[in-house]
Amino acid sequence: MSPALVISRREIRTYFNSPVAYIVVPVFVIVTGYLFFTQLFLEKQADLRGFFNIMPLLFMFIIPAITMRLLADEKSSGTLELLITLPVRDWEVVVGKFLAAMTLLCTAIGLTLVFAFTVKSMGPLDRGPAIGGYLGLILMGGAYVGIGVMASSLTRNSIVSFIVSFAICFVLYLLGKLTQFLPSSLQGLVNYLSIDSHFENIGRGVIDTRDVIYYLSVTTVSLLIATLSLESRRWR
Amino acid sequence: MSDVMIEVDGLTKDYGPTRAVDGVSFSVRRGEVLGFLGPNGAGKSTTMKMLTCFLSPTSGRAQVAGHDVFDESLEVRQRLGYLPEDTPIYRDMTVLEFLEFAAAMRGMDPQEAPERIKEVGLRCGLGDVAGKLVSELSKGFRQRVGLAQAMLHDPDILILDEPTSGLDPNQIVEIRSLIKEIGREKTVILSTHILPEVQATCSRILIISGGKLVADGTPDSLRAREKGGRYRVVVESNGVPKEAIRDRLASLTGVAHCEMVAGEEGSHSFALDASAAADLRKPIFRAAVDNRWTLLELLRESASLEDVFRNLTHSEKGNS
Repeated sequence: MSPALVISRREIRTYFNSPVAYIVVPVFVIVTGYLFFTQLFLEKQADLRGFFNIMPLLFMFIIPAITMRLLADEKSSGTLELLITLPVRDWEVVVGKFLAAMTLLCTAIGLTLVFAFTVKSMGPLDRGPAIGGYLGLILMGGAYVGIGVMASSLTRNSIVSFIVSFAICFVLYLLGKLTQFLPSSLQGLVNYLSIDSHFENIGRGVIDTRDVIYYLSVTTVSLLIATLSLESRRWR
Repeated sequence: MSDVMIEVDGLTKDYGPTRAVDGVSFSVRRGEVLGFLGPNGAGKSTTMKMLTCFLSPTSGRAQVAGHDVFDESLEVRQRLGYLPEDTPIYRDMTVLEFLEFAAAMRGMDPQEAPERIKEVGLRCGLGDVAGKLVSELSKGFRQRVGLAQAMLHDPDILILDEPTSGLDPNQIVEIRSLIKEIGREKTVILSTHILPEVQATCSRILIISGGKLVADGTPDSLRAREKGGRYRVVVESNGVPKEAIRDRLASLTGVAHCEMVAGEEGSHSFALDASAAADLRKPIFRAAVDNRWTLLELLRESASLEDVFRNLTHSEKGNS
């Protein structure tokens, strides 16, 4: 097994050995469930639109909580020295951590499929937007997790790591809400940088390569920065 | 592969404006147990961190098992086992889980790994705690887990940063004999500031102070380097005034200093410091015979490793 997978397997075990998984996952499911069912009963609308719309905001709290200690904790407890003096490349450490957080996130997202099946039992479920929405969730989640891993690589304090990744995600989220105040020449660019405008497209069932590329590049760049940050101990 | 396992040349490390390691050069052969000695903050750990590829040297080169620590760090790390200072180990894992993790990270064959883990675990005395969480272990057991982790893949080179810190005397003896045993076929570098430890385990000593290498040799050769020595002389009183004897002894050539020390009833005791490598035993005996003193005791105390260490590391500080 590749070292990245060994690391992620260890990290997943840590999630389920500690309260993290048992707090974050239920909180996520309960909050989304509440929002989903209130909309279902108040608006009598059997679709997943409301559920997906809240996700960019909800991920902003949930994902930094999952990722905050991934590397910051290793630094503060000194285990990073042990890990990194094993024959493992720096990027394998980063990817291993990323995969672990993604596994936990996908577990949480997977549990919300209950809502999709609820909708399906109540009326015809529009399949395109549902599948697109879930795909979008995973892509967007990847970008958030990437940012979280990066933030965790920059500090040895998990609280700082949480705040930094929350702040970055928040700014990227806010950009989309600011576009109407900006000159039209900037609107396109700012809108492209916004993390949730891409999600809106996917949520409508339109899978545009531009959106996919956006999420994949945010993820990749974040993980690259995290790797560089790990490597920086060698040239500092 | 040649016999030289570690080759370090002009290794230097700066932390910002502070120079932690300053142009250290040495080489270690197979079958040597090298003791890295120095006061706290002398640069022992930093040097080890560079050898294990955790940090990179600011300048200078280091080769471990024929591979450069910077350019071929993966090869280096495959060939060595490292016990970092304070033994950082994932606290949420059991001992067995942790060793399995280390084995998997090293890419060990999943068929052979359990056998090897068992063997190394027994050797390090971990049989009874295999199922315990690392966070529940005492410092001594954590240290053994770290050691087991370092030995797991049977590396040619072991680098141990303060392997006996926090252990009780019995455990220290066990770990030392384990290190000695390993040192017969492998290369071991260990750091410590406990002097008897070096004498007990190491075949060679490096003393580092203020980031610089100040001594390199076997324990005996280092002791011999220390010039002079201390002599203890006891003479029966027989009515001879103590001061007269002292003055006579102090006038001997090669005596730097002579003082009276408390002794038993009916005798005079003196402590003499020799100024150079001169052997004072003969002149003292001659003086006793010439003056018709009854010499009760004449003892030469050779310099201890403590003296060597103190002199070397103190004078360094005085210079800087």
